[in-house]
Amino acid sequence: MSLELLLQYIVAGLTYGIIYAIVAIGFNIIYNTTGIINFAQGEFVMLGGMIAVSFNAFLPLPLAILGAVIITMITGALMDIIFIRWLRSPSVLRMIIITIGLSILIREVALHIWGESVRALPYFTGNEITSLSFGGVRVSPQVLWTVGVCSVMVAGLSLFFRYTMVGRKMRATSDNRNAALLCGISTGNMVTLSFVLSAGIGAVAGCVVSPITYTQYNIGTGLAIKGFTVAILGGLGSSVGAVVGGLILGILESFSIWVLPAAYKDAIAIAILLLILFLKPSGLFGKSDVMALKEF
Amino acid sequence: MLRIRNLESGYGRLKVLRKLSLHVKQGEVVTIIGANGAGKTTLLNTLAGLLRIWSGEVLFDGKDLMGIPSEKRVFMGAVLVPEGRQVFRTMSVEENLILGGVPLQKKEGRNALMEELEHVYSLFPILRERKDQFAGTLSGGEQQMLAIGRALMSRPSLIMMDEPSMGLAPLIVKDIFSIIEKLRDEGKTVLLVEQNARAALGIADRGYVLETGRIILQGDAEDLLANRDVQRAYLGKDLDVEV
Repeated sequence: MSLELLLQYIVAGLTYGIIYAIVAIGFNIIYNTTGIINFAQGEFVMLGGMIAVSFNAFLPLPLAILGAVIITMITGALMDIIFIRWLRSPSVLRMIIITIGLSILIREVALHIWGESVRALPYFTGNEITSLSFGGVRVSPQVLWTVGVCSVMVAGLSLFFRYTMVGRKMRATSDNRNAALLCGISTGNMVTLSFVLSAGIGAVAGCVVSPITYTQYNIGTGLAIKGFTVAILGGLGSSVGAVVGGLILGILESFSIWVLPAAYKDAIAIAILLLILFLKPSGLFGKSDVMALKEF
Repeated sequence: MLRIRNLESGYGRLKVLRKLSLHVKQGEVVTIIGANGAGKTTLLNTLAGLLRIWSGEVLFDGKDLMGIPSEKRVFMGAVLVPEGRQVFRTMSVEENLILGGVPLQKKEGRNALMEELEHVYSLFPILRERKDQFAGTLSGGEQQMLAIGRALMSRPSLIMMDEPSMGLAPLIVKDIFSIIEKLRDEGKTVLLVEQNARAALGIADRGYVLETGRIILQGDAEDLLANRDVQRAYLGKDLDVEV
């Protein structure tokens, strides 16, 4: 394999990998505040892309994306307010099953609205055949958009959690919910906010990546499985883990095409998920003593 | 300041508190002593809103607390230092304190928050030294100081403390009690729940003895210290030998 080809595979891997990382971070945000895995996380990515495509029919691209992100965020908030918030100390299993139900619901509603057709936003700059050349490696500007926007979101989130009061309140809620209540923090609102944030970053990712990967009513399921694999691989709750895990999965998938038939690409994620659950369930960056305290 | 009449509460269907009545006046240090399982923690958790009031009346500053959620009670000025510290282990000492000051910042602004932070640091110099450390890495005594400091950050009118001396070395216990004395001297109102009855009665104005969810004895702290039943049951004096 030539060096150029190697780099080409890596670039392709990075593009998918950063999207997996965003889905995994979405899992983590909600997991950290509530202890549940929100299996409707992939649907946020789908909604972002699909709504933006519809809006783009009559709105300029930036406005269409903005509108799609806001509507997806509202969907996230409603999920919590209608289905999760009012449950008094429900079991983790029950909440997870609720999120699986919601993901099916959202998917079916999307099928109703948009049908089975495959859609995509236009390229943000240039078109399908525009490419920039870096030392022999050809890169679509949309790849730069995807990697750039997602990196900014990851960095922004970590600054938000570290330095803002609201971010601190959310961390306090995930650290010790009762103690947060005793500090006068409305933990219920923090949970809603975590759904809004997860929905928002998912929707943004769904918009920037749609010109490359296309979007359809049912892409959420696959993304949820891969995002979940990445979250487990990196260690549930760890943002650094999500980014590293996402890039590892993206690059492995991309190289798998070189040695295996392309049809096996999706099996890579499941194989990694099984391996990591057998060998190191706490993930690369998870702390095993923390995992021991979790309920599942 | 705090008046409780015929309070009943508990966990699930298990009733723990039975027709409990007590009161705390402004500027008083009141202690509740009792054995394990008497209902001391249940009482404080009910007052803080972590448990529901089943029946009876809890008046704080003349307002009924029935149905008011925990986080609102902190804004009203009643704050609990929970059993077992419960600091935010994955956050720095200073972040813990700032989070405790959320209600103060909302009511009086950021300057008040910074002033109170200085005040807490002057009460607990060790916390200033450790301000950038994760709270989970502090020793038990330091975590207890942090839990108390975090509660003070909201400038509460009533501080409830649940077993602040639990699991600490005797020397540290002395420190903690001298801090409570300091709070008393500053004019703060304290409701203190303790198993260490002698030390608690030593700094309190009044005390209540709680047994199986009922108040069985109450009075001035000195009188309780001198009471033979209290001495036998809670102060570990073997009166038969003495006589």
